[in-house]
Amino acid sequence: MTAAPPALELRGIVKRFGALEVLRGISLAAAEGEVIALLGASGSGKSTLLRCINCLEIPDAGEVIVAGEAIVFRPARGGRVPADRRQVDRIRASLGFVFQSFNLWSHMTVLENVIEAPVHVQKRPRAEAIAEAEALLAKVGIAEKRHHYPAHLSGGQQQRAAIARALAMHPRVLLFDEPTSALDPELVGEVLRVIRGLAAEGRTMLLVTHEMGFARDVASRLVFLDQGRIECEGPPAALFAEPPSERFRAFVARHREEERLRGAG
Amino acid sequence: MDLAFLADCFLRIVPGIPMTLALTALSVSVGLVFACLLAAMRLSGNTLLDWPARLHVFVFRGTPLAIQMFLIYFGLAQFEVVRTSVLWPYLREPFWCAFGALMLNTAAYGSEIVRGGLLAVPCGEVEAARACGMSGFLLFRRIVAPIALRRALPGYGNEIILMVKATSLASMVTLVEVTGLAARIISTTYRVFEAFAVAAAIYLAINFAIARAVAALEWWLSPHLRGAPPPAPDLRLAH
Ligand SMILES: Nc1ncnc2c1ncn2[C@@H]1O[C@H](COP(=O)(O)OP(=O)(O)OP(=O)(O)O)[C@@H](O)[C@H]1O
Ligand SMILES: [Mg+2]
Repeated sequence: MTAAPPALELRGIVKRFGALEVLRGISLAAAEGEVIALLGASGSGKSTLLRCINCLEIPDAGEVIVAGEAIVFRPARGGRVPADRRQVDRIRASLGFVFQSFNLWSHMTVLENVIEAPVHVQKRPRAEAIAEAEALLAKVGIAEKRHHYPAHLSGGQQQRAAIARALAMHPRVLLFDEPTSALDPELVGEVLRVIRGLAAEGRTMLLVTHEMGFARDVASRLVFLDQGRIECEGPPAALFAEPPSERFRAFVARHREEERLRGAG
Repeated sequence: MDLAFLADCFLRIVPGIPMTLALTALSVSVGLVFACLLAAMRLSGNTLLDWPARLHVFVFRGTPLAIQMFLIYFGLAQFEVVRTSVLWPYLREPFWCAFGALMLNTAAYGSEIVRGGLLAVPCGEVEAARACGMSGFLLFRRIVAPIALRRALPGYGNEIILMVKATSLASMVTLVEVTGLAARIISTTYRVFEAFAVAAAIYLAINFAIARAVAALEWWLSPHLRGAPPPAPDLRLAH
């Protein structure tokens, strides 16, 4: 018997924007139930890596493998493109993506946002999708806002709605791109609480965050990106106790300093 | 003020209203189809499609509608090829010539409005849809088109009103519509002010109705821009 493939595996991901090589060969595997926190300075390519996973950016080289299935690319002018649009759609539907800026559909209510993809992409019965959406909205604590439009919600509520939208697809892996960076400080906690709950449920997650303390609590593994490469990785406790790299140590120190200043201010 | 004469003017101009409305409705609806086509060509990223669409907009936006109508109705008949073509039964008719000029005109302006609406769709919302596995026509139908429609509607309402007014030029190619009938009254009575004032009032009434209809449609399509709904009843309290 062979072991189950990782929920998500990246092999040698390279991404360039013109002359700028943002990712220089990133390899990473997330086992079922693993929570990986991606850290790195601004501009180190964290968002780009996350967007390469569901083909919002097309990696110039390397493989993206979701639950054992590799996305197939074919060469095209100036690089490569996915060979099969339907495969990409299917893989995207199995990856829940939570954006920094929520990106809820402004013309739909919260409930409509959550049932949209289950009904129209996964073709599930509407009544079933609604029942599930209501349960998910209750879980993230905004059940009473289900008939509101995104414009009528606070940032924290919008982000929780976006998380419910991602969960409604029954994703294999959840990808979070700085889910709390666009929020007022007093709204960060409510969103982190939801994400913490998801981690505790044993969901597989890749989480880009600047909330160092949160990453340390929730993640089973930290991955530190620097200059397009994985500078170091490991269990949070070990990594923080004994930083294996000078760059990571400096990054943590800088962050502590910032947090201290913010706390003082 | 000669109320009796005004009333008489009104009764004599009213029969022109169906022609004004028919020209508007037909040219706006067919023009919208062409506008969408032109906008799609502009946004296709294909030079061979983009270029003719740009040319169309350049020509029809850059020349007076009256001259376009004259060229189509009086000018084309000069050419033997036109007179022997399958289109001649239409190009001979002032109605179809006026319709053609109005339609091609509104297609040009409308394509810019549609294009603006499509470009105004926030790319974050499109990315969110892609991230959920939507693409192609599903993505267009469920996300892009509804958002673009809401962005384009105010501008398009304006365009419809401009078209109502533009139909008054059709009287110059002998069509009997509101302005044409007013002119006819003037040619026999020489009472310019009353006849044109009544015609103006009729245009005003038509455009008022259109503006209200567009505003109602906008209101209906944009609950997300109005106040928040009252809080949903708390089901737990019902027990
Ligand atoms: N579409 C793009 N075109 C050109 N350059 C881009 C594009 N997207 C990102 N970049 C560049 O790639 C680099 C990495 O960007 P990325 O957004 O992945 O960084 P990040 O680690 O997420 O940063 P932050 O913490 O600020 O979100 C940056 O230098 C950025 O300017
Ligand atoms: Mg980023």
